[in-house]
Amino acid sequence: MIPLSHYLVVGALLFAISVVGIFINRKNLVIILMAIELLLLAANMNFVAFSYYLGDLSGQVFVFFILTVAAAEAAVGLAILIVLFRTRRSINVQDLDRLQG
Amino acid sequence: MNWFDQHLLSVLIWFPVLAGIFVLATGNDRNAATARRMALGFSVTIFVLSLPLWTRFDTQTAAMQFVEKTPWIDRFNVHYSLGIDGIAMPLVLLTTFLTVIVIISSWRVIDRRVAQYFAAFLIMEGLMIGVFCALDAVLFYLFWEAMLIPMFLIIGIWGGPNRVYAAIKFFLYTLLGSLLMLVALIYLSVVAQGSFDILEFHQLPLGATAQALIFLAFFAAFAVKVPMVPVHTWLPDAHVEAPTGGSVILAAITLKMGAYGFLRLSIPITPDAAHQFAPWVISLSLIAVVYIALVALVQKDMKKLIAYSSISHMGFVTLGFFVFETMAMEGAVVQMISHGFISGALFLCVGVLYDRLHSREIATYGGVAKVMPVFTFFLVFFAMSNAGLPGTSGFVGEFLVILGTFSVNGWYAAAAALTLVFGAAYTLWMVKRVVFGALTNSAVEDMNDVDSREFLILTLVAIAVLALGLWPAPLLEVVHASVDNLLIHAAVSKL
Amino acid sequence: MTKELLYLAIPLSCLFAALIAGFFGAKIGRSAAHRVAIAGVGLSFLLSLVVAVDVFSGNVFNGTIYTWATSGSIRFEIGFLLDQLSVVMMVVVTFVSLMVHIYTIGYMADDPGYTRFFSYIALFTFAMLILVMSNNFLQLFFGWEGVGLVSYLLIGFWYERESAVRANLKAFLVNRVGDFGLVLGIGAVLALFGSLDYATVFSAAPGKVNEVIMGPLGYEWHWLTLICLLLFVGAMGKSAQVPLHVWLPDSMEGPTPISALIHAATMVTAGIFLVARMSPLFELSVTALSVVLVIGALTALLMALVALIQNDIKRVVAYSTLSQLGYMTVALGASAYSVAIFHLATHAFFKALLFLAAGSVIIAMHHEQDMRKMGGLRKALPITYLTCLIGSLALAGVPPFSGFFSKDAIIEAVHRASIPGAGFAYFAVLLGVIITAFYSFRLVFMTFHGKPRMDQEVRSHLREPPWVVTVPLILLAIPSVIAGGALVAPALTGTLFGAAVAFVDHEQGDMSTGAFGMLAHAPFALPFWLSLAGIGGAWVFYVARPKWPGQFAKRFKTVYWILDSKYGFDSLYQRIFTDGSVAVGHAFWEWGDRRLIDGILVNGTAATVGRLATWLRQIQSGLVYHYAFAMIIGLVLFISWFLFR
Repeated sequence: MIPLSHYLVVGALLFAISVVGIFINRKNLVIILMAIELLLLAANMNFVAFSYYLGDLSGQVFVFFILTVAAAEAAVGLAILIVLFRTRRSINVQDLDRLQG
Repeated sequence: MNWFDQHLLSVLIWFPVLAGIFVLATGNDRNAATARRMALGFSVTIFVLSLPLWTRFDTQTAAMQFVEKTPWIDRFNVHYSLGIDGIAMPLVLLTTFLTVIVIISSWRVIDRRVAQYFAAFLIMEGLMIGVFCALDAVLFYLFWEAMLIPMFLIIGIWGGPNRVYAAIKFFLYTLLGSLLMLVALIYLSVVAQGSFDILEFHQLPLGATAQALIFLAFFAAFAVKVPMVPVHTWLPDAHVEAPTGGSVILAAITLKMGAYGFLRLSIPITPDAAHQFAPWVISLSLIAVVYIALVALVQKDMKKLIAYSSISHMGFVTLGFFVFETMAMEGAVVQMISHGFISGALFLCVGVLYDRLHSREIATYGGVAKVMPVFTFFLVFFAMSNAGLPGTSGFVGEFLVILGTFSVNGWYAAAAALTLVFGAAYTLWMVKRVVFGALTNSAVEDMNDVDSREFLILTLVAIAVLALGLWPAPLLEVVHASVDNLLIHAAVSKL
Repeated sequence: MTKELLYLAIPLSCLFAALIAGFFGAKIGRSAAHRVAIAGVGLSFLLSLVVAVDVFSGNVFNGTIYTWATSGSIRFEIGFLLDQLSVVMMVVVTFVSLMVHIYTIGYMADDPGYTRFFSYIALFTFAMLILVMSNNFLQLFFGWEGVGLVSYLLIGFWYERESAVRANLKAFLVNRVGDFGLVLGIGAVLALFGSLDYATVFSAAPGKVNEVIMGPLGYEWHWLTLICLLLFVGAMGKSAQVPLHVWLPDSMEGPTPISALIHAATMVTAGIFLVARMSPLFELSVTALSVVLVIGALTALLMALVALIQNDIKRVVAYSTLSQLGYMTVALGASAYSVAIFHLATHAFFKALLFLAAGSVIIAMHHEQDMRKMGGLRKALPITYLTCLIGSLALAGVPPFSGFFSKDAIIEAVHRASIPGAGFAYFAVLLGVIITAFYSFRLVFMTFHGKPRMDQEVRSHLREPPWVVTVPLILLAIPSVIAGGALVAPALTGTLFGAAVAFVDHEQGDMSTGAFGMLAHAPFALPFWLSLAGIGGAWVFYVARPKWPGQFAKRFKTVYWILDSKYGFDSLYQRIFTDGSVAVGHAFWEWGDRRLIDGILVNGTAATVGRLATWLRQIQSGLVYHYAFAMIIGLVLFISWFLFR
């Protein structure tokens, strides 16, 4: 039987990959969206693993919620991205600095 | 006490405010004439309504009169509390009188956003009366700050080319000081177990350190408003940029609020600290009299010169307060009223010239007497009263302050008396360069003498100046009991 | 009560005349304006005479008209004190004023500011009457500043002339320097006596002789000395005593009738009047008297010397006025107050006469004032010549003209004085006599004798001015001749002024021999011969040997230069006070207000906040991943702080 820690390590790795994906990436906004999906996936991984080892199904129910939210979020995020591309002709992350003071 | 007496002050505060809102709501630039007429009608009504303050005033007592007190914000023990004594009453009358003058003076000059302009003055009139009448600290602070808004707008919208800088400077300067005052008021209310009654503050026992800190906090607010050296530099800028009416109100009434604050809050609440800091305040006042007079001497802009002259004259007011002598303090109060008339009139005179040639530079003019003899009469008259000529109101205050100060300290009096020379020097030198001499600028030759509207307002103010100078006894009688009471109160230590 | 109305009518008739002529002059027309003004002043003169008769029969009046203000425990009142001193002043003022009013009709006939002029001089008469009739210091100051105001307006009457408006500003400011002292003096009186009423102050004064105040550097000052000196500073300003004399010569920019009325006969003598009025105080302070004596002597001598080289006919008379004011001040310093007022009265007549005569010459010469372009005018202007001669004889102190009596009395009083400075003063007034005689006859000889030096055009138009000009000359010539002899005995024995001024018997001594006694004594006294010598000298220099003055000027260049630059007072004041205060004002404004307060403190604060913000906003890159990264780091730090604390 695979011990819990292995799943948790995989979850942590996924999380780390996504965080790095968000911070290192300077070029493409799509990658950031994907990294966010990955972030949610990492959380899902932990939920499922704990659900199985603790014998509590509510963890797996939560995963469904998260998946639904992630799907909706991806849809909204992509829509924003398209609007952004339409107005600014670029999805380069470095160009998106309108928040600058 | 009938209903009218009991609510007169409320009427005087809220009627102008409501009238202002009404003018604002109904007026636009297409029916500017209606807005003008309405504003004039309202202001004259308010002036007439304020006259009973004088006729029904009891000069024998120092207690607050026309008192009105109802709970306002019960939770914080804040009351809607109004009342006037002999110091506030003349200031209220000065406000209602000068608002009429200002509205007439702006009759034809303002042709853009007319209704808004007159509304701002009416609203400001109510708020300024509120400052002089409020007996509750929260109410006082509210009026004190609210009054900044119309003034800010008047400078910022109808002002000269550099108006935004001047308006923001004016606003920030005064706000900075008054925030410290707010802190002091809140502290006092904590000490007074939640009460915000100013008269209760007067009786509050306070330690030496607390008094010193409260005094300094108040001083920050009032010294800026008066203004005293070295926090005076907002005034010349604000005056230069403000429209004529704004300058008149600014010089004549707004400055008096700072001086009034000293009498209503600083001195009675912190008498020991006031005595302790008196030498410093007196020094600053004397610096204002001498230093500012010399600065005024070299100004090239008429409005700036008169603004500096205002600072110098207000130095007399603070000097009179802080020598703690009856005659000097009464003289200082008279000086407040008289300066309201004289500086207002001088700004009106500059306005008359500015309307014709759109220049405030002294060098633009010269030889105006040749083409505008009636105007010259008024300008020389008001200049002479500014220089403290006996028979005009400018003399009374200065003379009483100098005499009162002399009995306390001869050196203070000597320094203050230098204004006889300096005051005359800068005022008359300006008069000489503007109205006398040969005509050098061909544009000056085409100027018309004052029209009947300008003649009317200048005459009204001139009569006030002359009346106050020839017979100041009635005013002093009004002031006397309150000043006496204040000095007796201030002489008792709170420690 | 009716009497008080009568007293009130004296100044008020002038005031109403001034107001009507001033405000309605354009409507009622020129002749109506001058009629109103002359009627007002004439009425005031007649009433003054009536009051004078009443007062000299013993009815001294001291009463309040109204309470001006009450402050603290002090009541400030407006009231009249009519004693011998004030009625003498009133009669002199209203008489000279009336003469000047009539004269003005002729002198100002073509001037566009005709009605304005009448308004001003009537207003002046009002202010002067308020000054002399006052029974307290406050009202004195009212009148004092009132005459200063009108003097300012009248010197600058021709406001288009740059020199005139410069002169009036100068006059007002120099007077204000004097007023600075006067106000402080009044403050000191109030502080010491607790009242501004003359009677109260004078009766309390002897009890305060030993009161002292700590002055600077730890010296003790007597209160009374301090008060007297401060009041005298005021008197120095108004009466143009050295070093505050600089405004009077320049004031000649005003029209000539003004020079006669204000800057010779009445206003400038207000300072003399003030000290005489305060004589009960000055008598208690020897120090103050010494100062008065020395200042007066300096003025008398120095200004007489300057008069020697002036070529402008009005300026000669102006400097002679300064010198004569010095004589009066000397008399005050020698405690001979009644003699000072006596000289004030005679001087008012003959000096007004001289000025008006000079004005008459100026009209005839078409507004030419340079004496070098005159000469030989006595044939064309006989009346002017005669009256001018009378005035000059009186000024030179030749018996039996009025100036002889008053000036001789002053010299005698100084001779008897023994306070510090009396020796110098005696020398100065004696030397002054010869100089006075010299310059006054220099004027007569240069103007009326010798060869005509004007151009043909002017000479062909020379003629005596109309009667409105000559009648006042004649009317003024009468008192210039007889006033001295008529008044000398009562003035010297102290009966003239009664209790109105302090009378010190030993200073005036046995001159009570009367007018004839003095006349008989004259040929045996030094002043008489000195003035004859002066006249003779003038004759030699300007009639017999006209080339000598030029040669003298070349020979004694330094002396001439010193006199010509008037001892450098003007340029010194210009440099130190005028330029100095403008420079200091500039420095204060530029460095204090603009650079220090506005530059560093106000806008400096704003700039610092701005710079700080510019630096801080670098953190706000606008890039989401920077913000997110900062959040992560913050989160890590918080969590580790919670876990490991």
